[in-house]
Amino acid sequence: MPLPSFPEAPEGISRRTFISWVTVGWAGFTAAMGTGLTAVGRLFFPNITFEPPQQFKAGFPTEYAVNKVDERFKKKYGVWVVRNEKGIYILSTVCTHLGCTPNWLEGESKFKCPCHGSGFYSTGINFEGPAPRPLERFKVLLSEDGQIYVDKTLKFQFEKGQWNDPSSFLELA
Amino acid sequence: MNFITDAINTLCRPAILFTISCGVFYLVLFKWREQFSQKRTVIALELGMLAFILVSMLNPTFKDVVTKPDNIPIVGMLFLVLYFTWLYFHKAVINDNLIAQGKDVENKAEAKQMTYTWPDLVFSEFICTIVVWCGLLLWSIVLKAPLEEPANPVETPNPSKAPWYFLGLQEMLVYFDPWLAGVVLPTLILVGLILVPYIDTNPKGNGYYTFKDRKLAITTFLFGFLILWLLLIVYGTFLRGPNWNFFGPYEVWDLHKLEFLKNVNLSEYFWRGLGINGGKLPDNPFIREWLGIVLTIGYIVVGPLLLKKTLMKPLFDKLGAPRFYITAGLFLMMASLPIKMILRWVINLKYIVAMPEFFFNI
Repeated sequence: MPLPSFPEAPEGISRRTFISWVTVGWAGFTAAMGTGLTAVGRLFFPNITFEPPQQFKAGFPTEYAVNKVDERFKKKYGVWVVRNEKGIYILSTVCTHLGCTPNWLEGESKFKCPCHGSGFYSTGINFEGPAPRPLERFKVLLSEDGQIYVDKTLKFQFEKGQWNDPSSFLELA
Repeated sequence: MNFITDAINTLCRPAILFTISCGVFYLVLFKWREQFSQKRTVIALELGMLAFILVSMLNPTFKDVVTKPDNIPIVGMLFLVLYFTWLYFHKAVINDNLIAQGKDVENKAEAKQMTYTWPDLVFSEFICTIVVWCGLLLWSIVLKAPLEEPANPVETPNPSKAPWYFLGLQEMLVYFDPWLAGVVLPTLILVGLILVPYIDTNPKGNGYYTFKDRKLAITTFLFGFLILWLLLIVYGTFLRGPNWNFFGPYEVWDLHKLEFLKNVNLSEYFWRGLGINGGKLPDNPFIREWLGIVLTIGYIVVGPLLLKKTLMKPLFDKLGAPRFYITAGLFLMMASLPIKMILRWVINLKYIVAMPEFFFNI
């Protein structure tokens, strides 16, 4: 069987011309991709964000019952406000295992994560499931008008001994 | 009636079901292979499974879980997996017997025959495409997509389940720190599977079904697939309920089920349990976790050497050092999952090495 014959290269295009056009083509392609990717990268820096402010006032200490986990700011700010006999601390609602939002189970008095079953006491200490460390606490202090002031930009981790920091806990006389 | 449902609930406790599954796995592969490969066995097993599921529908919880549109394909998968596992054994046992008699394997003559891609192969592929298409159409019409309420970052559905094919990985995450169960182990599964053709150059079993020629390879693969992947999917689908608690198949999914799961780290067992240092944990994490660190390094370093001297000696001679150590390493990583699971179920062990200071927990 004879080999299939390939069409002859068209006349008039030299090797040099061909390579020049390929170079132009690739340069154009790279430029277009670069522009496109830069435009996509711009999306990572939005002009406005709808995130709630990181600092907020959480009302007066008297609004919180002793030995209760308060869920009123869970939805808006992602924190639980917990008051014990001595004072108030703010717990983050992010599970330290993989970041789901645990539920506060009043009857069992524990936080229980629906994703992998991590459990935390009302203090935030982890005691069951895979969570490797306790829930994080946020900075809390009393503002001048007597309201509780929460600053989520400062977090305190138990395993680093940061819960001893005075601003991780609001002492109430 | 209650007696039976209670008994089945108990048998489905994680540790017990895992032990039973491993036992059945061992018996089928090494004791009952011949019987399992019979046609009547697979018919009896499939019908038995169907009967079990149908009768269990009388129980409202079971019915809810099994008929959830998400879960129906998984139920179907159980039947398919049983069938295809049986099909392999059916063909392998026939071939093994032929080889034992010194004859050619079943499809050797067939394998030498050539056919055309067009129209033979393409035509049957076309028919398969149409059948699958019809199946998907029917499926999408009959079973409604289980849509939930709009996503809300502060409200996680309870229980929160991964897509069914990832439920094995989600189950793994219960026993390990996320960087291990979410990053290292899945990567090792992929890398391990990619490496198989380079590690395993044994030509036996190419183009024909066999068990006796490839005992170790097939046992390892089937254990990984059936027990470590599919059984964990079954756990995640049918036995994990609210708060990621374990529920028996007939147990009501009670949001407030109380389970005492207080987990203890190995270091706590060591220092508190033995009362050393007055039962106090030392502050330095490396001193605190020394036992776990020694055990882990021992497992990774001494483990392969031990395997080389004992269980896997013939394999070492066959593969040579580099291939053997990669194989043994992958083997040990695979074994670490059931080891950790059993330790959690039996002694509530949380982490062998627990250094939350450095995000390092094993």
